[in-house]
Amino acid sequence: MAEHSTTVPTTTGTEAVKRGMAEQLKGGVIMDVVTPEQAKIAEDAGAVAVMALERVPADIRAQGGIARMSDPDMVQGIVDAVSIPVMAKARIGHFVEAQVLQSLGVDYIDESEVLTPADEAHHIAKSEFTVPFVCGATDLGEALRRIAEGAAMIRSKGEAGTGNVVEAVRHMRAIRAGIRRLGTLDATELFVAAKELRAPYDLVAEVARLGKLPVVLFTAGGIATPADAAMMMQLGAEGVFVGSGIFKSGDPAQRAAAIVQATTFHDDPDVIAKVSRGLGEPMVGINVATLPESERYATRGW
Amino acid sequence: MSRKPVVGVLALQGDVREHLATLPELGAEAVIVRRPEELAGVDALVVPGGESTTMAKLAARFGLLEPLRAAVADGLPVYGSCAGMIMLADRLLDAPPDQVTVGGLDVTVRRNAFGRQVDSFESQVEIEGVAGDPVHAVFIRAPWVEEAGEGVQVLGRVVGGPADGRIVAVRQGNLVATSFHPELTGDRRVHALFVDIVRRRLAERAGAVAGNEEDQ
Repeated sequence: MAEHSTTVPTTTGTEAVKRGMAEQLKGGVIMDVVTPEQAKIAEDAGAVAVMALERVPADIRAQGGIARMSDPDMVQGIVDAVSIPVMAKARIGHFVEAQVLQSLGVDYIDESEVLTPADEAHHIAKSEFTVPFVCGATDLGEALRRIAEGAAMIRSKGEAGTGNVVEAVRHMRAIRAGIRRLGTLDATELFVAAKELRAPYDLVAEVARLGKLPVVLFTAGGIATPADAAMMMQLGAEGVFVGSGIFKSGDPAQRAAAIVQATTFHDDPDVIAKVSRGLGEPMVGINVATLPESERYATRGW
Repeated sequence: MSRKPVVGVLALQGDVREHLATLPELGAEAVIVRRPEELAGVDALVVPGGESTTMAKLAARFGLLEPLRAAVADGLPVYGSCAGMIMLADRLLDAPPDQVTVGGLDVTVRRNAFGRQVDSFESQVEIEGVAGDPVHAVFIRAPWVEEAGEGVQVLGRVVGGPADGRIVAVRQGNLVATSFHPELTGDRRVHALFVDIVRRRLAERAGAVAGNEEDQ
């Protein structure tokens, strides 16, 4: 609070500004795009933001190789093409990719397990940046470790590029159940919970008090239909990331708009039924149970 | 003694929860509005922060745009923060050419006027009608009022920095708009200013009804 009494009239990059940005995205859909043309389609469909990356997760799975930050020209092209916020993915631990993305003027960085990790022990020290970060999590402990590093927004990981919502459900339920459990503990038990969660005690106590994360919680990884998006909202997500689900489907523009509408009216089956009609082919899915451990992105991150 | 005002929060997208939490602290009942029939039941409306292009598309798609315009024309008190200011503006700059607004405020609003997210900031703003210390204001990819018509009262401007003097809070009749997000800071004074407008209108209407009854 001391900063408010200084003679400097304005301060950028504060926690309020970083977390507050994510609050503005609530109830919205953030769409993976690889080109400016896709970004325009997403904006026209009502996306609250677009996520720039080199290849959508389904293509990363199909083509293999190392997945990296998008080409700066492509990121710049996307930033110039739309007026909505632009997010971009950096590899886990790749703080220089993050520095580059910040200098390109992206509005949010996703330190993402969908790209090939650059560090198998350390995540980016996110508090040091002016630009805010979103990170994935499979459970409450992982979410709190990311927040401790400076993440201003959390998304449940799911299993990206599969078109299969089962892992998104698993992770959202795990995070939400973890939060509810903290609410039942007394003061001494919270210290043990912090140890078990491998998360800072202050954050654990804050979640117990608030009954929610101190940052916005979105869902990601396998959402392919309007009904998928609506289910994740009913399970407690505050918004939705859709990756391959849109641009790997038969009619991206119409599917994108339908998912936006189903997210807003997630508790109204009549609307979800109406927008789900005539969408054409969804993306071809993958049964996560048959995915070998080495091809699961959700296990990346520590 | 007039009844408790019912204030809707437009819940198509954005930081709806923060407004829903703030309004009851000021003695108003807060309800969400996503459909025309829900709009018909409120004494006032808050248009929250969020992504204005998304809100505009959903409002048009679900038949809310014309009812919102009619309600504003009828004098419904509306407060818009950030994206809400954009939704209330008659004219926009730096918006996609097809972006529609509810309108009603005779202003030209520039979207993302202060820059991108890395330029988002916190500052102090003096607001006319808000007593005491300046309001601690959080600006997130915020718009500003580039031009205000004659009937528009300027309530606040940025002081210092590259945007010194820019208009960030306005009022015209029962419409109030701010570029910043008082719903994020726990400072309820801007909402209190708005709820006062809502109460005054309720009292006037109750008085008008009572007057009619006396005539009969």
